Order: sequence, then C-alpha cells, then structure tokens
Amino acid sequence: MYPQPTAAEEILARAAGKDRVSAGEYVVAQVDAMMMHDIFAADVLSMLERTGIKRLYDPDKVTVVFDHMVPPPSVSAAAHQAKARELVRHFGISAFFEIGRGICHQVMVEEGRVSPGQLVVATDSHTTTYGALGVASSGIGSSEMAYTLATGQLWFKVPESISIVLEGRFSYGVTAKDLILYLMKAVGSTEAQYRSVEFGGPGVGELDLADRMTVSNMGVEMGAKFAIFPAGFVQTNKEGANYAASHTVLLDSLAPQIAVPHHVENVVDVNEVVGTPLDQVFIGSCTNGRLEDLRQAASILRGRHIAKGVRLIVTPASAQVMEAAAREGIIEALTEAGAYVGGPGCGPCFGGHLGLLAPGERCLGTHNRNFRGRMGSADAEIYLGSPMTAAASALMGAIADPREVEGISAGRELAGVSASGSGGSGTGE
Amino acid sequence: MTVDLAAIRGRAWLFGSDISTDMLSPGQYVHHPMEERLKHVLESARPEFAGEVKPGDIVVAGPNFGCGSSRESAPQHLKDLGVAAVVADSLARIFSRNAIAIGLVAIACPTISEVVEDGDVVEVDVISGRVNIPARSVSLEADRIPEPMLDVLRHGGIEPLLISIAAEQRDE
Ligand code: SF4
Repeated sequence: MYPQPTAAEEILARAAGKDRVSAGEYVVAQVDAMMMHDIFAADVLSMLERTGIKRLYDPDKVTVVFDHMVPPPSVSAAAHQAKARELVRHFGISAFFEIGRGICHQVMVEEGRVSPGQLVVATDSHTTTYGALGVASSGIGSSEMAYTLATGQLWFKVPESISIVLEGRFSYGVTAKDLILYLMKAVGSTEAQYRSVEFGGPGVGELDLADRMTVSNMGVEMGAKFAIFPAGFVQTNKEGANYAASHTVLLDSLAPQIAVPHHVENVVDVNEVVGTPLDQVFIGSCTNGRLEDLRQAASILRGRHIAKGVRLIVTPASAQVMEAAAREGIIEALTEAGAYVGGPGCGPCFGGHLGLLAPGERCLGTHNRNFRGRMGSADAEIYLGSPMTAAASALMGAIADPREVEGISAGRELAGVSASGSGGSGTGE
Repeated sequence: MTVDLAAIRGRAWLFGSDISTDMLSPGQYVHHPMEERLKHVLESARPEFAGEVKPGDIVVAGPNFGCGSSRESAPQHLKDLGVAAVVADSLARIFSRNAIAIGLVAIACPTISEVVEDGDVVEVDVISGRVNIPARSVSLEADRIPEPMLDVLRHGGIEPLLISIAAEQRDE
C-alpha cells in the first residue's frame, strides 16, 4: 500500500496532473492563482513587455494589489506604481486593487481569489498566509513570476511535511499570535526549512479564520514553504501519511509570547520583558490587522488612554476591516485612546514609511519580523507580540501582560496616575 | 545562447560547506559598480578566486551551497565571472531556483566535494545526471534537473526563454 499523501503531496499531485507525488520529487504544476504587489508588479510585467510576451497565460488568475508604498511616499514609488498600472491595463489584468483596498494577502482572501486545495504563488514571502484556507501557497522571485504569468505553470520540489498537533484551549489573553511565536521558539526556523507545516488536532477548532491566517502568515518565519490548515476537502495530519517530524502543543499551557530583538526566533514569555519601556506600539499588518485583532485591542483600550511618551499606530488590514471597525465603534475607541489610525495597507510593517523608528527607539508591533532595520533605523529595537499585548503595552508605555490589564488599570487609578504609564516613558528622549 | 548541457567540462575550484549568498555577493558592495562587485565574489572563502577564475571553470562545493538570502545576484555573479557550473554536495533551495532562473547550471551531486581535488577537470552531464572526474576514474550520480527547468537552462535563463515563448505567440 502507498502511504496516505500529506496535504502538500495531495495538492501538488492534483496541480501536476498525477495520481500521487512524494516528498523530494520535482513536478511541474499548473498554478491556480498568482498575486503581485506594488513593489514587484512593475519589474515582473516589464520583463514580460521587454521579452515581447503579448498575453498572459490566463489574466483572470492574476491579482495585483497596491499595498506597500501607499499612498506613494516618494516620486520613485509613484512612478513605479504608474508603470505597473499601465502594464496591468496592457496585459488585461482585471483583478487590480488600487491603494486603499488593503494588504495583498487580506484582499486575496476577502475577494475570494484563493480557495481550498489550490496551488498559489505570489511575489511576497508571506504568501504562506493562504494555508489558513487549505491552500499550498508560497513566495517566488520576479523571474519565476514572469515565467508563471506567461505559461501558467511552475516547477516545484514536493516538500517533506511536519505535523503540528494542537490540543486544548487558549486561556484569556493568549491568542494565535502567541501560538505561532511559541512555535518559533519551540520548533525554530531550521527544522521546518522548505518543509510544509500542517496544523491539525482537536485544538484547531479553537482558531477561527483570522487566527489561522495569523499562524500560516508566520509559517514562513519558521522557514516553511507551505503552512496548511484543514479546509474543504484538504485534510491535515493524516494517519498513515509520512511526516518528517511531529509536535504537539497544549494551548492551555501557553502564556503571551514576545519576540525580542533582533530575530523572530528570540521568543520569551511576556513576564521576562514586562516593564521594558516603549516609544511606539504598532497594531496592524497581514499578521494581525484584521477586525478580530482590532476588536481585541479595543477591548483593552476602550475608555482608557495610552501612556504619555508612547505613540500608538493602528493600520487596518483592509478597507472592509476599517469599515466594520468603524461600524462597531472600534475606530472611535482607538482614536479616543490616543491612537493614530492610518489607512488600510502595510503601514510601517516593513519600514517603507508611516511610522519609522529613530535610532535608539523601541517599538512593540503585531507584525511578523523584528530584524535590525526592518522599521527604520538599524539602531532601533523591535519587539513582536499579539494585539492584546500591544494594547496593554500602549496603556502602560512599556511591555505589559494583557492578562494583568485590569490590575494595571486599577493600580493606576489608585495611585492617582493619570495617562502616564508607570513602566517608564520610553528611551528615545 | 545555447549550452550543451550534456557536456560541460571545466577545471574545479573547490569550496567547503555552507557557502552563503553573503560570500557570493557581499552586501557591503551592492551599490558598487558591477566590475567592482565581481572582484569580491567568494573572497572571504578564497581571496584569489575572483581574480583567477577562467571562463568555463566549475565551482565544486560541500553541502548547502548558496544558503542565506534570496538575492538573484549570488548566482548572477558566478555566471558573470564565466563559471560554467556549480556542482555541490547539496544546494540551498532558493539559490538553486535562482540559478536556473538566471541561467546558471547548478546541480547537486552528493559526496562530490569529497572526491574532487582543486584543479581537477570535472565533466558534467546535466541531462543524464552524471558527474565524472576522469583523472580519478570516478563517476558519480547527480540529482536530475526536471525537463522544464532544463529548458530554462538550455535557453540561458527565464528572460531569454520568454523571448522564444514570445516568438511562438507571434507565430500562432
Ligand atoms: S503587512 Fe508587512 S509582512 Fe504583510 S505584506 Fe505588508 S509589508 Fe509584507
């Protein structure tokens, strides 16, 4: 008997038109959807124009989203986008989403551009996000994207798979972000390198779609090629399938997690860094800028005010998220608490604009990378945590444990402390 | 450009394991002119390499060649220096994809670094997946590169391949 296929093997076999494929094998597969954002769209489409390619294999499978440098903060970004716009028209790509629609990965899901069992590529490393919907999706380079757009296919090495079994339930104040940060610590970024990570077990029911997107999004930080949850006909962690390794996580045992500078693997329980003074808090990105995230942040910030000396930047992941957050009064709660709420897009996540850090400053963000220089100065420090941790930390002006927030608030009132946090007011002054 | 992928023959430059994209394309020179950048290729591993490598030479290395970042300049620099092929015990995935994308032959051949001495003549048959070292009467099996990727290599990379795909589009 052949072993059961892993989710990656099953999806790649279908896309390659084969009965079965196994880890290690190379296949040529039909790609179901392709996506480019404003950083690479002009380069890729220019290569097609330069080489004389007249038409794309299937323009309807292609999505272009402007989300990184939006609205364009420089003349060169504006020119780059103008070129991409012209080529998007030239090649007949109708699924083009202008600035303001949202972050590419969020838009792909909201617009139904991906569905379970598909094979999807994009010019962005966080393409693993669609694994939340049972999609095998990965980032590729510009040349490979040009080839895929022209031919509809691409070569893949079938990856080995790792099974992650989730058990139990999250306790209050602990979220999907804490789970994936914990996995960065427990599994690291070597074991999962180029492998497909599959999530399963009774605990997956604890994670809604937003949670799963958070986890799959950061799967790439573990080195993973795909990060797949069960969805539709796509099953994970199958009995009889070959897994290179397997891990079990008891959700109840998790505390809020923080990645400390300058690597996503440097993860500690929040209590180890509580009280670290902050200059900036950022809530947003394709990891944690969804309605659920803003709702959690607002649940902590509503009726309170962030500490003096700290700035809070919030960027909703999409226009839909922003509209829903406005309807629920979340935007108002956040601005009343002292937040700067920006438009939908990547925001300061990758250090393009909208919230760069000065030398010596310290930021806690809900995004996915804390490499040196990622958000501006190479002499700044970036910490990563959940939206609840970020909100609690903005209240304190220092890294805080969201499970303690009622206590913090009561303590501040008792001590007669008004808006200024007791954890220090930053290191940047 | 056409390359006879069945008969690549050149003198070996031997390197160790974990040769990174930082060694291939050092970050501190990225904004320098290309001529200057090429002088520093692999200098931290073998300072004489960039000055003495001849067109048609072959880079032989231990495991995990090309590890590190996704920069396409890493394989491009080797190609620009005239390197005919990279044969390593194993290749980092992104490097091997990028090498093919820009038209540099890069092939994994387990144990190659243990049997080749620096300066040996190495023969690579990419089509059948064999690497021979005639002076040592050694013939090793290499990983096969699947057909569509071979097609990219035959054309010299994705960009030239797209030019020929474009020509077919015109003929239709
Ligand atoms: S939000 Fe950040 S990680 Fe996500 S696509 Fe934008 S820049 Fe990349």
